[in-house]
Amino acid sequence: MTEKKWPETWQNVNPGLMILKPGSSRSYLTGGWRAQKPIWDNTKCIKCGVCYLFCPEACITEDAEGFFVADLNYCKGCGICYHECWPRAIKMVED
Amino acid sequence: MSERIGMEIALAAAEAVALCRPDVIAAYPITPNTHIPEHLAEIVAEGHLDCEYLPVESEHSALSACVGASGAGARVFTASSSQGLLYMYEIVPVVPAMRLPVVMCLGNRAISGPINIWNDHSDIMTVRDLAWIALFAANGQETVDMCIQAFKIAEHADVNLPIFVNLDGFQLTHVVEAMMMPSQEEVDKFLPPRKPYAALHPDNVVSMGTLGLPDIYNEAKKAVDEVLINSKKVILEVWKEWETMFGRKYEPVMSYKANDADVLMLTMGSMGETAQVAIDELRKEGFKAGLLDLKLWRPFPADELKKALKGCKNLIVIDRALMHGAPAAPLCAEVKSVLYDEADRPVVTNEIIGLGGRDVRVEDFMKIFKKAAKAKPERAYEIYGVRG
Repeated sequence: MTEKKWPETWQNVNPGLMILKPGSSRSYLTGGWRAQKPIWDNTKCIKCGVCYLFCPEACITEDAEGFFVADLNYCKGCGICYHECWPRAIKMVED
Repeated sequence: MSERIGMEIALAAAEAVALCRPDVIAAYPITPNTHIPEHLAEIVAEGHLDCEYLPVESEHSALSACVGASGAGARVFTASSSQGLLYMYEIVPVVPAMRLPVVMCLGNRAISGPINIWNDHSDIMTVRDLAWIALFAANGQETVDMCIQAFKIAEHADVNLPIFVNLDGFQLTHVVEAMMMPSQEEVDKFLPPRKPYAALHPDNVVSMGTLGLPDIYNEAKKAVDEVLINSKKVILEVWKEWETMFGRKYEPVMSYKANDADVLMLTMGSMGETAQVAIDELRKEGFKAGLLDLKLWRPFPADELKKALKGCKNLIVIDRALMHGAPAAPLCAEVKSVLYDEADRPVVTNEIIGLGGRDVRVEDFMKIFKKAAKAKPERAYEIYGVRG
């Protein structure tokens, strides 16, 4: 899950730990922080998009049918989508 | 051509900084460095210097503004003392970690409490280990010279670290001395415009002050540590160049009548000048006395010190700060640490003198010297002249 993203040695560290190219957080996969992952029950989902709006990691996306999925490369398993989902379509399960 | 001037040293420091053409100055004046930022404000207000002068609301803001400006590629200057430095403390370690060459004049003053505005070295000792380079000036001329050298050292491509120019509060900041002030042409020749490693700009986006998680923190710290250690090479180069251009010599450890001395005294800052007079007096009385004066405090010049102490049997380390609960005062603790691996090391006496502006006189140094020349110290350190 965790991609090798940092320099191997201190000699290769950018001065001041600067990031010289924008968008580096995309290559930093935070999925490894997770203990639980969200599972959607699409029979209960009403496609309201509340989970999508509330996800602090912005890792929830809408699929072709209008249902929602979390990108597990980035999902930290915080459970906010589960907490906010009022039709109770999301469950958190051990990863 | 340099001009011979008579001026208060704080004002001369400001004049020297102005010659370096800083782009941004952010400072909150505090005794005893006050006249440095105040005079720079005058220079900018009168139109002699094209510079953004930020009269910020606190020292925390002053150094924060310096970080931002330096990150944007500006040549940046600030000044502080004592409680002001402590108020900006949160930002102090961030500057070297971000590799920003901010130059700060520190008008050394005792830290509270008890509240005290006078000189000692307790303020710089609170920030000595945060990867700033630190120079100590012994007089007005050295202050002027170091202010200009500081920009060149800090902004060097192999360094990019902030730097403290330490000048003793009142003993230096408020004293009028005769000095050689370099001309604008000379400073322009010596000090090229800053070429930042990277700068904040919307056309070329970079991130500074990034998060260092456990998987990179060690490497990031080691990288800065190596740069600080290796900065000594640049400091020596810059001092060599200064000597060629202006004829004034700088070394990490300056020595005075030390070659044939039986007993050596080691000082930092303005005390060196007083101690020189004491050495002269002691020589007249027949003592083989010598002086070592540290100009470079960080990175600590261990090799130069070992060389200067070769064959020395008796060393007196004079500190102007107390390190509560430590085995010795700050300078002495480091000297002892450096000497540990040496087979032939001197007896070391540690005297703490001049805390909170207590006068440091020639006869004080002579008394300390005569006592140390006669007998080994009874304690790891003594506060000289303390009543009771």
